[in-house]
Amino acid sequence: MDAMTQDDRAGEDGSAPERRGTDGAPTARPHAHGAGRERRTARGGLSTKERMAIDRQSMPAQDAHDRAANFGEVNLGFTEQLAMLEAQRCLLCKKPTCIEGCPVRVNIPQFIELLARGDLAAAASSLLSDNALPCVTGRVCPQESQCEGVCLRGRTLRGVPGEPVAIGHLERFVADWALEHADQLNGVMPEPSGRSVAVVGSGPGGLTAAGELARRGHQVTIFEAFHAAGGVLVYGIPEFRLPKEIVQVEIDRLVQLGVEIRPNSIVGRTYTLAELREEFDAVFVAVGAGLPVFMNLPGENLKGVYSANEYLTRVNLMGAHRPDARTPVLTGKRVAVVGGGNVAMDAVRTARRLGAEDAVIVYRRSRDELPARLEEVHHAEEEGVRFQFLTAPLEVLGDETGWVQGLRCARMELGEPDESGRRRPVTVPGSEFVVDADLVVVAIGTRANPLLTQASPDLPVNRWGYLVADEDGRSALPGVFAGGDIVRGAATVILAMGDGKRAAAAIDEYLRGLPAAAPVTADAG
Amino acid sequence: MFPIRGTTRLAPTVTRLVVEAPRIARIRKPGQFVIVRLGEGAERIPLTIADADPDAGTITLVVQRVGNSTADLVALEVGQALQDVAGPLGKPTDLIERGRAVCVGGGVGTAVVHPIAQALSAAGIEVTSVIGGRSREWVIYEDELRAVGEVVVCTDDGSHGRKGFVTEALSELCAAGGLDAVYAVGPVPMMRACAEVTRPYGIPTTVSLNSIMVDGTGMCGGCRVSVDGTNQYACVDGPEFDAHQVDFALLADRLTTYREFEQRSAVPAAPAAGTARCAAEVR
Repeated sequence: MDAMTQDDRAGEDGSAPERRGTDGAPTARPHAHGAGRERRTARGGLSTKERMAIDRQSMPAQDAHDRAANFGEVNLGFTEQLAMLEAQRCLLCKKPTCIEGCPVRVNIPQFIELLARGDLAAAASSLLSDNALPCVTGRVCPQESQCEGVCLRGRTLRGVPGEPVAIGHLERFVADWALEHADQLNGVMPEPSGRSVAVVGSGPGGLTAAGELARRGHQVTIFEAFHAAGGVLVYGIPEFRLPKEIVQVEIDRLVQLGVEIRPNSIVGRTYTLAELREEFDAVFVAVGAGLPVFMNLPGENLKGVYSANEYLTRVNLMGAHRPDARTPVLTGKRVAVVGGGNVAMDAVRTARRLGAEDAVIVYRRSRDELPARLEEVHHAEEEGVRFQFLTAPLEVLGDETGWVQGLRCARMELGEPDESGRRRPVTVPGSEFVVDADLVVVAIGTRANPLLTQASPDLPVNRWGYLVADEDGRSALPGVFAGGDIVRGAATVILAMGDGKRAAAAIDEYLRGLPAAAPVTADAG
Repeated sequence: MFPIRGTTRLAPTVTRLVVEAPRIARIRKPGQFVIVRLGEGAERIPLTIADADPDAGTITLVVQRVGNSTADLVALEVGQALQDVAGPLGKPTDLIERGRAVCVGGGVGTAVVHPIAQALSAAGIEVTSVIGGRSREWVIYEDELRAVGEVVVCTDDGSHGRKGFVTEALSELCAAGGLDAVYAVGPVPMMRACAEVTRPYGIPTTVSLNSIMVDGTGMCGGCRVSVDGTNQYACVDGPEFDAHQVDFALLADRLTTYREFEQRSAVPAAPAAGTARCAAEVR
């Protein structure tokens, strides 16, 4: 299993991947226990001291000035050399906290060790067996508060702050390698179970559940409201952070597993949940929290005020930034984005790329409370985005033709912590001022999409319209499971994926518990 | 793919498309719409379903050429296909259960009011349709509406039916009394004027709002309209609302958002009902 042949090496650098026939396929599945046992004997010859001596490798990126004017991906990815060096920084802890820190429980030390040894096919197989969308999570996960946040290497030692292993960057490297070397991974089609599952929504939660279920042999059909699959991965997250081509390859991988995708299918309008329950043995609802929240301020309906959803959808899904685009998008010289999360960062950086000279984040708390990923904040700053902290809009100002002109704002100061644990912003009396803007994007959150739930009165929802489900996604209706934002409220890609993975296991268990299906007779058919 | 089964030129820039969409044909209700997309790179365009034939598995869409995207739809021929048709979207029309109703249609709005008149008539409601256009060639769906009740045709130039606006005919019908509901679909100024005509009589009046939208499922918020002082989404809360509560001035203004983009489109403007032309006036 561990032996690395010359053939493997040849395929790895892309020099001769075609030579690999079925008999030459690498033995890609690592022993779950084997990797752990070897830790003490085969650490690639490196001692802990030697590993500790390696500095964190930085991610090559497009020049900030150049990239602020294009939609190409910002991070360029590790080279194999950088990736292996970074992988050698992993101390292969006996009790790896990083796995606990990961919502989909990726066996991080295992794939990193295989990578450090140069066994890329095995590293890829290990990663893919834990994570259905590693190219995505390697790019968009908030690693600093998950796996990397608990990495031993990140701890301060003798007053010197540590730097965690760049797990996200390594995940991305291995996942991208797997995309380019699909022929070196053994794709065994699972034995059909005879059971069918409808997955409603093709965002990260739905795609993950679909992949997990398909790999267990269940026939999966995904219902997607848009014309294209991917959910927030295609309409929300910009090309410069997550190339759509990569999302498509991840989706294609599911289709190859036998997953059917039905676009233009709105459950709650085109289909009812009741119909899906008739037609399928189980249903997984992952429709997300897609409804934009507005500020409820005067002037918010002026022309030139977008929800972040609308602004990003026009650009990401509809390609409005392309010169030949049929879908228009408003561009501004001075763009104000209200909010401090990842969506706000995506919107403000998109505005820069669409030619905004002044692109400003208006956020009512301070830098320390920004909910966005650290890397997004750094990238935004490098690209010339301005941050107006401790600032809360009071009114959207417009001109006599109904177009937005700016935001009347108040300065804030931080008071006592609120129920979220963050210090509550309090208005500074008499501090009003105006942020000039010819385009305003509101990125202060989203709420539950009501189409499915309104059309399914027997499915319990809470007072905010979110579906009620247990930890494994079971709803009150037998055979109906739910996860992602429609259960937890607006959160992250990886949390939705974690829900999808747990729900898939619960769905699998449910399906196995069903009485054997009656044999289909000519009459019944 | 959704094949085109028939096309008919109804007016100089207005075309009727019969599209194969069996599921939507079977379940759609009056007042609902679809979002269509011609192909890769094309815009998502909301179009109200003008008619459906569940047996043939087809729906009927009426498109007015406004910009490049609608020009592409109007140019479609039998044998071609729409890549995407999503729906039915929006809430169905709230139909009265007994009494008399007037259905007012202006320009392409006449095609939208048609399924409402049809459904009312089928439910035993006495329906009078008041339909208008700039001149004879702009009057559409007259025969179809005659099949379900009396029709009053109004043209700006008097070239067909009576000379004048639909609001004048509506006003007379209101004054004559006995109306239980009015359904009005057309350009914003027409719907707004109809609301003012019926308001003093207290006749419940429904309008179908054509605000700008991307997804049609509540996600973009672009279609927000102010109804009774609160924001509603035309795509999921509507598209039909109580005419007496709608802020038409805001709607009309928001519809001009992309005027600059449309003017850059090569197609010359062609006003429909002699009142106004607006960005999303494609249904």
